[in-house]
Amino acid sequence: MADQTPGPDALAKVDFRPKGKTWLEPHPEFRKGTYCYSAAPKNLTYLGLPNPREWQPFNDDWKLPPDWKTIILDGMRERLDRYRSFRLFMDICVRCGACADKCHFYLGSGDPKNMPVLRAELIRSVYRRYFTPAGRIFGAVVGARDLTEDVLKEWFYYFYQCTECRRCSVFCPYGIDTAEITMIGRELLTLVGCNINWVIEPVANCFRTGNHLGIQPHGFKDSIDFAVDELEEITGIRVEAPINRKGADVLFVMPSADYFGTPHYYTLLGYLMLFHEIGLDYTLSAYASEGGNFGLFTSHEMIKRLNAKVYAEARRLGVKWIIGGECGHMWRVLHQYMDTMNGPADFLQVPVSPITGTRFEHAASTRMVHICEFTADLIRHGRLNLDPSRNDHWNVTFHDSCNPSRAMGLLEEPRYIIRNVCKAFHEMPEDTIREKTFCCGSGSGLGTDENLEMRLRGGFPRANAVRHVRDKHGVNLLACICAIDKATLPPLLEYWAPGVDVAGVHELLGNALVMRGERERTTDLRGEPLTAREEASAHA
Amino acid sequence: MNALSSLIVVFILAAVAWVGGEVVSLHPAFGIVVPALAGVVFVVGFAVRVVGWARVPVPFRIPTTCGQQRSLSWIKSGWLESPWTRTGVVARMALEVLLFRSLFRGTVAAITTEPVSDGHGSQDPAPGPARLVFGEQKWLWLAALAFHWSFLFVVLRHLRFFVEPTPGWVGVLGAIDGFFQVGAPAVYLTDVVLLAALAYLLIRRLTDAQVRFISLFQDYFALYLLVGLVTTGVLMRYFVRPDIIAIKQLTLGLVTLAPAVPTGVSPLFFVHLFLLSVLVAYFPFSKLVHMAGVFLSPTRNLANTNRMRRHVNPWNYPVKVHTYEEWEDEFRDKMKAAGLPVEKV
Ligand code: SF4
Ligand code: SF4
Repeated sequence: MADQTPGPDALAKVDFRPKGKTWLEPHPEFRKGTYCYSAAPKNLTYLGLPNPREWQPFNDDWKLPPDWKTIILDGMRERLDRYRSFRLFMDICVRCGACADKCHFYLGSGDPKNMPVLRAELIRSVYRRYFTPAGRIFGAVVGARDLTEDVLKEWFYYFYQCTECRRCSVFCPYGIDTAEITMIGRELLTLVGCNINWVIEPVANCFRTGNHLGIQPHGFKDSIDFAVDELEEITGIRVEAPINRKGADVLFVMPSADYFGTPHYYTLLGYLMLFHEIGLDYTLSAYASEGGNFGLFTSHEMIKRLNAKVYAEARRLGVKWIIGGECGHMWRVLHQYMDTMNGPADFLQVPVSPITGTRFEHAASTRMVHICEFTADLIRHGRLNLDPSRNDHWNVTFHDSCNPSRAMGLLEEPRYIIRNVCKAFHEMPEDTIREKTFCCGSGSGLGTDENLEMRLRGGFPRANAVRHVRDKHGVNLLACICAIDKATLPPLLEYWAPGVDVAGVHELLGNALVMRGERERTTDLRGEPLTAREEASAHA
Repeated sequence: MNALSSLIVVFILAAVAWVGGEVVSLHPAFGIVVPALAGVVFVVGFAVRVVGWARVPVPFRIPTTCGQQRSLSWIKSGWLESPWTRTGVVARMALEVLLFRSLFRGTVAAITTEPVSDGHGSQDPAPGPARLVFGEQKWLWLAALAFHWSFLFVVLRHLRFFVEPTPGWVGVLGAIDGFFQVGAPAVYLTDVVLLAALAYLLIRRLTDAQVRFISLFQDYFALYLLVGLVTTGVLMRYFVRPDIIAIKQLTLGLVTLAPAVPTGVSPLFFVHLFLLSVLVAYFPFSKLVHMAGVFLSPTRNLANTNRMRRHVNPWNYPVKVHTYEEWEDEFRDKMKAAGLPVEKV
């Protein structure tokens, strides 16, 4: 796939003039490189989801169930009665266009239906036609459309071309959150079996084994053991990483990519070093071996089904509270949905750091704390011995992942850690960070290779800001706290801003952390010699 | 197409009212029946709309956080943009409703291949042909703000037609508004601003290719209605003075439920009144209900207390999960072989 992708010069030529006279005529066109493949029947079957079958988006016949229209319209009605957000957002958009150029997919593709307002109109037009008097009477004149197969195909194309990043909602005068509409749109598509495999396979795996990658308990243990061995080689210290241990104080839940992919893996090393150094009484769980939740990209019900194991496992293991690792959408779920769906967590205690005594009042109900909150508190209380010079080979910028920033407000904690563990830190331009941060372009389950062109287009605004600080300040590392980012930003940056690596915040912490009894470090967590790097950067 | 057909519709509406104004026997219909009906439709429709939304639950706490969460005591949190108190939420909403905070935040972004300044006088050193640039986009915000505020002022000024005696503060409003006395009668500032803002919004919708592409019939219709309404009002105030006494008799009659149709009311006034009636009756069924909806928007009116306090979903229902027991049953042998603890040996 990669070799068919046009080069940066060609891809960056974006025409913003809307093509065609009206968007009301659906023109579903599945161009290779801009959509994801359909969900494999075995995954849908395993999860008990409707209409498992062999099909692909580019097929003419989508093999919809005979009563698909009724299913969708009933599903819409049900959701209009369940989500005020959905009903309200169907009614109050004034089509001012303030959101139009806020979406990275519109900016990167110029496709007018990627303007958040039009993305929402794809579903709003059907709402008008079947649920409002004006639409019933005047039809197309007032922007109402019949629900046809082509309209459904458009839904599929454009709702799987939205990363649910919520950037548009920041700028809308009524807070209309197109991500919310996309979520409901995907839910409706799921009702008739139109999902993408890059979402449904992780969901099925997660449901079965506990994690997206389908790693079974013994495989999980192997990975962790491997990390422990490797840490011993780097630091001379053998850390403990208990799994499924009852009676620990804290359950630690991370995204599975942290123990299976790079550069995530170095973040895992950072966590393990930190927990060892402060002597935290904790356990990992092979059952809750995934905090990430692709249910968020499927349906609200699926969020709940996958998330349930976190509290269930905390209860079974008898821990006091929970810490969660670096992952974006995992934290959106933990912050916005977990307590409501699977709480109350009254069998846990309000989190208190055993090292600093800080009571995490802001997590008094969910009893789950973000690792960055936990670590920032440790640093603030001077409980960590840090040597930032061990990160001297890095010139760092920070990418606010969409979910922790726009759905949670976690902005300062990671920055505080970064400032304490490395010396060179540069922010990207104002309009591209914090609540205005640009998406990696591959979130919400779109990070697959068949979709590469769209990912590169959608990721352009992010990469462009990185390129800016690379050229201006010599930035060579982008730190972030999201597993999807760590997986999808490296190819993105290689394409648009070569020379910038990607790392987790706790990798940088691990590099800087001076552990009691450690031997002199000659390499960073990536195994690269510290001195060679220093020389390299001195010469650069 | 949309731009033209909606204009035609508004013209037809105006023409109908003009005829109604010319034909004296139709005065009761256009002077009393239509406005009264419109009023009823507005009140009932508005209530149905708002109650309809309010009855739908907000199952999850989904504020869009535009600032730092409340977390560690020494980290400055965004009480306004990521509020965790009622005061914070009220302030956030107030900024939104009174000053259009989110719209103010907007910039224009586009990909360009032109070499551009980085805003500090130097050339952006980035090589590569294309880059993303941001520009200020305050005109939309300004026009929207100017339109809404001056419209509010004008509506309040009109109270003198509906209340007898005219309350003192309405007079004061008029005096402030007419402060920049130009000729007689005094030119109201809000009239000028209102027309200018409407013109901007209309021209933007017509000429900006993207906005034009997303615009529907009803987007132009609302604007043309407003333009017609304001234009007829301005005409009557500054150019063709109608019989104010007669008009006040009519409007007072309407609000006191003692309708009367005085003679001497000009057709122009009937056009004005009819366009207003249409607007008022159309209001609850159109996007104009954003006026009420904005207060109910869950991304803005909820506090970011998601982890602090429990939030209950009224329709939460049990789902099928994969329990630990089922999971262990599947993997027990492998777990034992790997030395992982199990519940059932
Ligand atoms: S900014 Fe909001 S109101 Fe304006 S077009 Fe976008 S969604 Fe609609
Ligand atoms: S949520 Fe993000 S990807 Fe989706 S429409 Fe809004 S800005 Fe675009």
